[in-house]
Amino acid sequence: MSTTKSVDGRSAETSAVITLERRAKRARRSRRSSTRFVLAPLSFIAVAVVLFGLFFLWPGALGLWYSFTDYSGVGTPDFIGAENYIELAQDPVFYSVLGRTFLYTILSVPLHFAAALGIAMLLTSSLAKGKSAARIIFFLPWLISPIVAGVIWKWLFGENFGLVNYLIELMGGNGLQWETDPNLALVLILIVSTWGGTAFNMLLFIAAIRNIPQSYLEAAQLDGANGWQRFRRIILPLLRPTSFMVILLTTIGSMKEFAMVQALNGGGPGTSNMFIVQYIYRTGFERADVGYASAASMVLMVILIIIALIQMRFDKRNDLA
Amino acid sequence: MTTLRSAKRSRPRASRPLRSLPSTLLLWILALGFLIPVAWFILSSFKPGSELFSLPLTLFPKDWTVSGYSTAWNRFNFAQYFLNTSIVAIVTTALTVFVSALTGYAFAKYKAWWLKAFFICILATTMLPTEVIMPSSFAVVRDLGMYNTLAGIIVPSIVTATGIFMFRQYFKTVPDELLEAARIDGVSEFGAFWRIMLPLAKPIAVVLAIFSFQWRWNDYIWPLIVLRDPDRYTLQVALRSIVGADNVDWSVLLAASVISLVPMVILFAVFQRQIMNADINSGLKD
Repeated sequence: MSTTKSVDGRSAETSAVITLERRAKRARRSRRSSTRFVLAPLSFIAVAVVLFGLFFLWPGALGLWYSFTDYSGVGTPDFIGAENYIELAQDPVFYSVLGRTFLYTILSVPLHFAAALGIAMLLTSSLAKGKSAARIIFFLPWLISPIVAGVIWKWLFGENFGLVNYLIELMGGNGLQWETDPNLALVLILIVSTWGGTAFNMLLFIAAIRNIPQSYLEAAQLDGANGWQRFRRIILPLLRPTSFMVILLTTIGSMKEFAMVQALNGGGPGTSNMFIVQYIYRTGFERADVGYASAASMVLMVILIIIALIQMRFDKRNDLA
Repeated sequence: MTTLRSAKRSRPRASRPLRSLPSTLLLWILALGFLIPVAWFILSSFKPGSELFSLPLTLFPKDWTVSGYSTAWNRFNFAQYFLNTSIVAIVTTALTVFVSALTGYAFAKYKAWWLKAFFICILATTMLPTEVIMPSSFAVVRDLGMYNTLAGIIVPSIVTATGIFMFRQYFKTVPDELLEAARIDGVSEFGAFWRIMLPLAKPIAVVLAIFSFQWRWNDYIWPLIVLRDPDRYTLQVALRSIVGADNVDWSVLLAASVISLVPMVILFAVFQRQIMNADINSGLKD
């Protein structure tokens, strides 16, 4: 008993000393770790936080405020309530612009997806020859700016001077109205955007296809699955995260298509192929109706948020983080 | 037995050229479809103005000439546009790589609720690009006194979700023990980032630099809304002003467009391996 007591007493004494020491050490450490784990990361992200605030939050908040004013770019904005939104809701031009943008997006997403995936499959297949040269060709459009892409295709598809109509006429047909028929002009826009967008999406798919374990495909082949079944049942499901990303990015990219169309046909003929970003640009900068343009911006923003949310829900398994 | 086996084995080998024909054919038809527009455009740029529209059209120029190029270079102050675009692309790229590395590193190696919250903010910028709020973005740039300056294009473009994301993913794969060891040795937090982590992330920095240069070289919207003075134009805005004119001067336009491609082609030729093998799957497009 006594021995235990004395042991206990000693141990209590020492443990008190140890606790004190520990406390001091912990205090020192916590002081140091506050610099280490709070101040250091804070200073690391500081620049990005400031820039994010200046060029994303501020324009966002300002745009929301402008959308309730009659701001024209100069002078002081006057609050006019929801007038811009009411006017927008009754603006037939806005509806046709929005409809054309949606039509373009709905057509372009499957086209981009199929082109990129198909070419990626060909470029990773063991059968095709000359893959490395072909891959460089498919990648070329990535180097070319949207403006120059517009120039290249305008030159090729010019109604009176283009190579395509020249060849059609040479074969006895009548040249197509790539510039004056609104629907043909939209077809041309679709062709050019697919041509330009394939490179990046194709790289995404190639990387993902290469990550599919070869053993899966071999096992399926032994079980008698043909090429299409292997693609449909193994490759496509495994490409799901990549497909999700390609579709999401292409949707957003199509909704804000602007530069290439500017160079290709300026949204023509007339304003029949004017998309929403061009509409915002025209109203805000050419007509200097900043308030009205901001209201249109806010509508586009809400649409983009809805699209993103729907697609995220659609692909729950994908974690962006 | 042996003959049977060898016969079985040799059959696919014999039919391989035939079996690979459809895929190869399809691949190259598509490849030609991608290539012909560019080839036609580049070959046309070497034709004299009179030959551009004279029938019958020929694929190759009858008289090769660079007159379009010299006109474009002299008439449009092209050297200035080239210089402006280079300044914007190079400065923005350097800043983008540095800021993205710092921010991505903080996201990967530190834990705090505000880091998570800011990360979500950064991700949101991919869904809601600045283009959609052009009028107010312009007002912000103007109020900051950066209207009609190159800084007005550079500063807003520094933060990109893609870059931050790429670095974050990469730094997550670097073992924490490395950082712990550095801390025990008394290296400061910034020192650990600057002297240990950043050198490790060099491959990511190269890939991001290439991508960022391409984005900025080909960017159109920011220069369009920020620059007014033609002396400060970047190539894309200058090209758009030629193609948007009522009477397009094709001979000049074609040559000017080809010139604007040269830096990107050189970049691609030098870094082809890094670009093609970049595992951008984890990143996002800007």
